[in-house]
Amino acid sequence: MISLGLIGLLLVGAPLAWAGERLGPSWPQRLSLVVLGLASAWLLLGWLAAAADDGVVETVALTWIPRFGIGVILVLDGLSLVMVALTLALGAVAVVSSWTEVGERHGFFQFNLLLTLAGVAGVFMAQDLFLFFVFWEVMLVPMYLLIAIWGHEARAYAAMKFFLFTQISGLLLLVAIVALVLSHQAATGVLTFDYRLLVTGAGSLPAWVMVGFLAAFLTKLPSVPVHSWLPDAHTQAPTAGSVILAGIMLKTGAYGLIRFVVPLFPDASEALRQPLMVLGAVSVVYGGYLAFAQDDFKRLVAYSSISHMGFVLLGVFAWNQLAVQGAVVQMVAHGFSTAALFMMAGALQERLHTRELSQMGGLWQRAPRMGAVALFFVVASLGMPGLGNFVGEFMVLLGAFQVDVGPTIIAALGLIVAAAYALLLMQRSFQGAAPSGAPELRDFGARELAVMILLMAALITLGVYPQPLLDVSGPVVDGLRALTGAAR
Amino acid sequence: MSVGLLWLIPMLPLLGFLALAATEGRLGERAVAVIGAGSVGLAALLAVPVTVGFFELPADTGFSQTLWVWLDVAGFRPAFTLYLDGLSLVMLWVITGVGFLIHLYATGYMSGDPGYSRFFAYMNLFVFAMLMLVLGNDLLVLYLGWEGVGLCSYLLIGFFQQDPANGYAARKAFVVTRIGDTAMALGLFLLFRELGTLEIQPLLGAATAAWPEGSATLTLAALLLLGGAVGKSAQLPLQTWLPDAMAGPTPVSALIHAATMVTAGVYLIARLHDLYLLAPVAQTAVALTGLATLFIAAFAALVQTDVKRILAYSTMSQIGYMFFALGVGAWSAAVFHLMTHAFFKALLFLSAGSLILALHHEQEVTRMGGLWRRLPWPFAGMLVGSAALAALPFTSGYFSKDAILLTAFDAPGGFWLWSVALLAALVTALYSVRLLVLVFFGQPRWQQSGREPRDRGGIAMRLPLAALSLLAIGGGWFGLSPVAAVLPDGGVGHGHGGWVMWATSATPLLGVLLGLLLFQRWGAVVARLGTSGGTRAVRRFWLSGWGFDWLYRQLIERPFVALARINRNDVVDRVFAALAGGALGVNGLLSATQTGRLRWYLANMAGGLALVLLIVLGVL
Amino acid sequence: MTALSVPLSHVLALAATLFLIGLLGVLIRRNLIFLLMSLEIMLNAAGLAFIGAGARWGTADGQIMYMLILALAAAEVAVGLGLLLQLERRLGTLDVDAASELKG
Repeated sequence: MISLGLIGLLLVGAPLAWAGERLGPSWPQRLSLVVLGLASAWLLLGWLAAAADDGVVETVALTWIPRFGIGVILVLDGLSLVMVALTLALGAVAVVSSWTEVGERHGFFQFNLLLTLAGVAGVFMAQDLFLFFVFWEVMLVPMYLLIAIWGHEARAYAAMKFFLFTQISGLLLLVAIVALVLSHQAATGVLTFDYRLLVTGAGSLPAWVMVGFLAAFLTKLPSVPVHSWLPDAHTQAPTAGSVILAGIMLKTGAYGLIRFVVPLFPDASEALRQPLMVLGAVSVVYGGYLAFAQDDFKRLVAYSSISHMGFVLLGVFAWNQLAVQGAVVQMVAHGFSTAALFMMAGALQERLHTRELSQMGGLWQRAPRMGAVALFFVVASLGMPGLGNFVGEFMVLLGAFQVDVGPTIIAALGLIVAAAYALLLMQRSFQGAAPSGAPELRDFGARELAVMILLMAALITLGVYPQPLLDVSGPVVDGLRALTGAAR
Repeated sequence: MSVGLLWLIPMLPLLGFLALAATEGRLGERAVAVIGAGSVGLAALLAVPVTVGFFELPADTGFSQTLWVWLDVAGFRPAFTLYLDGLSLVMLWVITGVGFLIHLYATGYMSGDPGYSRFFAYMNLFVFAMLMLVLGNDLLVLYLGWEGVGLCSYLLIGFFQQDPANGYAARKAFVVTRIGDTAMALGLFLLFRELGTLEIQPLLGAATAAWPEGSATLTLAALLLLGGAVGKSAQLPLQTWLPDAMAGPTPVSALIHAATMVTAGVYLIARLHDLYLLAPVAQTAVALTGLATLFIAAFAALVQTDVKRILAYSTMSQIGYMFFALGVGAWSAAVFHLMTHAFFKALLFLSAGSLILALHHEQEVTRMGGLWRRLPWPFAGMLVGSAALAALPFTSGYFSKDAILLTAFDAPGGFWLWSVALLAALVTALYSVRLLVLVFFGQPRWQQSGREPRDRGGIAMRLPLAALSLLAIGGGWFGLSPVAAVLPDGGVGHGHGGWVMWATSATPLLGVLLGLLLFQRWGAVVARLGTSGGTRAVRRFWLSGWGFDWLYRQLIERPFVALARINRNDVVDRVFAALAGGALGVNGLLSATQTGRLRWYLANMAGGLALVLLIVLGVL
Repeated sequence: MTALSVPLSHVLALAATLFLIGLLGVLIRRNLIFLLMSLEIMLNAAGLAFIGAGARWGTADGQIMYMLILALAAAEVAVGLGLLLQLERRLGTLDVDAASELKG
């Protein structure tokens, strides 16, 4: 009951946090933190109590709509565990980052935040395709509200763009799921949405169905050319929203690729492998190149996310153990590093009331602690060995090189572009001369610094000793690869 | 076993970095100096028992110490293993020894700077990364050090961050070397794909077993790794970052951009010499890269007017000699020259630092002159350093450079290689003399600034100068026997006698004489040559480092930035915007039909009815 | 019943003509009073067609329908004039095009 309890906790916590508004100004966020803390403890205890040999910690299978073969099937295995843990951790980071930023209707804000997290957690655990789709939609609406209500100046446009991209690709996903289920029924006579059953008959599924899945997941990832919702959404969202969007929500796309697309369509994935790997590599370079051109701190970070997630796409479709495991590490590391950079952008906006890089410069002199922290995460983002992002990128490239040299070379060029945009960001914001007579800048306080130090510690750990993470996700990755008959 | 203390050596500078970072610059200068220089000094001290312990090991064996396994996936199992053999021992000494001297110097040089603590934090991190680079037994750990030193180089070049020009130089250094690093990473991918490991010793064995000499794959891998070496060591065609890197504080130039980091490429190739022995094409490429760089950089150094840029081009040229040596098979001589170069070039930079400090941050040699009496310490240091740089007999540089040149003579096509390198050696002596003459002799030209030169070196700055002077003179007598066990040529050779040897030894002397004539005696004539006619164009060409910066700016940087600006709003997003625009347009058209006028609706209704009627009646 | 003295086609042609006149009036006139009058003409055209048809088939249905239309027309004019007064009061004009608040 770990998974059910977890989602239940978040769903119950959401209205509680909303109601907490009546208790006092900072009660909603406190309650949110408590809920997330409880959920984390629940997950940790459940994981420790269960002895998982094959990577599966827990399976919950309840009937829901038996007439259509729909059930509540939640499987918590190593891969899900990693992603759910990341969700809770970054959820807490998001709560902290929203502490002072959100002025009005804070209770409703936390309500939406927790609801999004519940949806994301459900996405990471659901193994009934119908339930999966339900969670997929659950995480969308509150996120839309977060952007549309608490966002920055162009929030309405950004929220609508986000909604349309996600919703249209989501509908394609729904069509694909139904087509998949019906064709499975036609082949076997069993009407079921149970992924575990569907995947065993994977070979017989029509390949065009994969396009629906791909549309949804590539949009969410996002990959070029369906990436253009991301810069607007990330830039306009409040800090907490950006953290959740970039840190966790993008990963649902990557997770979907690993969990569903390749195992359900092994042959089609093999056939489309090269174009998709090229797409990933192009995302790496193109996203980085666009980041290089930006004048807006948040927008630059947003585009860098496209670049980083390109590595994930590359790794997933290389589909060997190194590359897929690298993609998992990359997802986690990118979650931490980007969350920190968005927090930095939020902190700067709170202090300077601008995100324009041309209005910054010389901030190091005015806030050295922020400068050092920003430097750390900028360096992490450009793939410095010893930090998590490097491990992810290197493993992906190393694995992908064994499969297909061309896309790997293109993606490796992204390392150069990453250096260019990351260092330019550092230069334009923190380095250079401070304008004379610039007012004193409030440096990071204990609360912000504590979060940043935790994120730094996470990235360093991931960078020098990622093995525990790899051990948790490893059996699942092996299992999924075995399903597709990959022996590499 | 005292050699088991090895892991502490990189750990100490790391701890120093962490301590300085954690205190956020709240410590006083004295405490920072103790932590910053002390950690490196302690590491150098620890190198003594480690070395003793190393020599107690059976001969020809390396010592390896596994700290932990980095990760273990699908047969990819890089470990944080430190590996000590003759080669890494020499590097260890250069890094900790010379490193400590430079740290000590910096405690005086940087005194009074608001970023004192930050400076030493970066420097300590650099020493840690450099030690990981040379001690790592896995190419991935080496790569960690490799990128780490690049990062510290970036941070320290841009240390005076208020000036955007420094930031630009720092970014240039990082991005240009990153180009090489990316080639190197691809080389690693290729090696791993073919051999299934990145652990250096097994990899070398597997390569020898798997590939015949001249195998195309191996050659490709070796060339890709050469790309990394070229970037980090500022060789053609990725050399342009080094002169700009002089924007950093002078101790940084001494430590990173002369003694240690820029020689990492030499270390890499020496470390992987088995690969290059199996890939003669790649080895020849190494030699030609080095030759071209040493030649071009020597002439560029001849006309620079910034004292640090002179030294920067000189460094580039000397590393060119090292690459050249590696390429012609003088492996030990290359490492030997690496070591002696670390001594004398660090000495030169530190002397230049004292000089610059004494002249209130004046770096133009055209505004110096006649300073030798007033600034005896920098003068002595520069004199000794230049002598070694020019390879005057019995200085340290003499032994190493002669070994390189004499071995080159025996290589295929050796006479020509030797001649070009010898010509550059002549130029080396020329620019060394020019530097000395312009700075310390002749008419004083510093009065315009209106401030008296004042030698501000305390003991902390003079002690390293003295120690490095001794090493620059006597460093050539180190036998370098540990290296012989590692590298294939069995030690530094002095193969040739006869006229070749005499010519090689005499050329620097000739250069010095010629230099004295040109710059001391006929100084005015030479100066006039530089401002008129064709020679002026040549001078400007050399001054710009043979126009590479201009070329890259036109060919790469400008188009890259321009295209980025044009595409700032993402052409792909235009497609979606067009889609959205189209939808809005259709919406506009449809809503235009809703005029709100009763008569318009009626007319439509009537028209529609008529249409339906006509269709029903079969008229239409 | 005696047969119709005029052929049905003539009656229908007259009805159609009346209807068209009414329709054109509705479409062209902007004054609400004329609009209502045109509507009446159209209703009467329909009534004429009913009567003609009733006479042609010899049944009373046509006359009955006409009675209904008469009642309808009376009710319609009552409601229409009420609306007209309201409109006049709100907009100060009888121009029907002025009442276009449902414009999309």
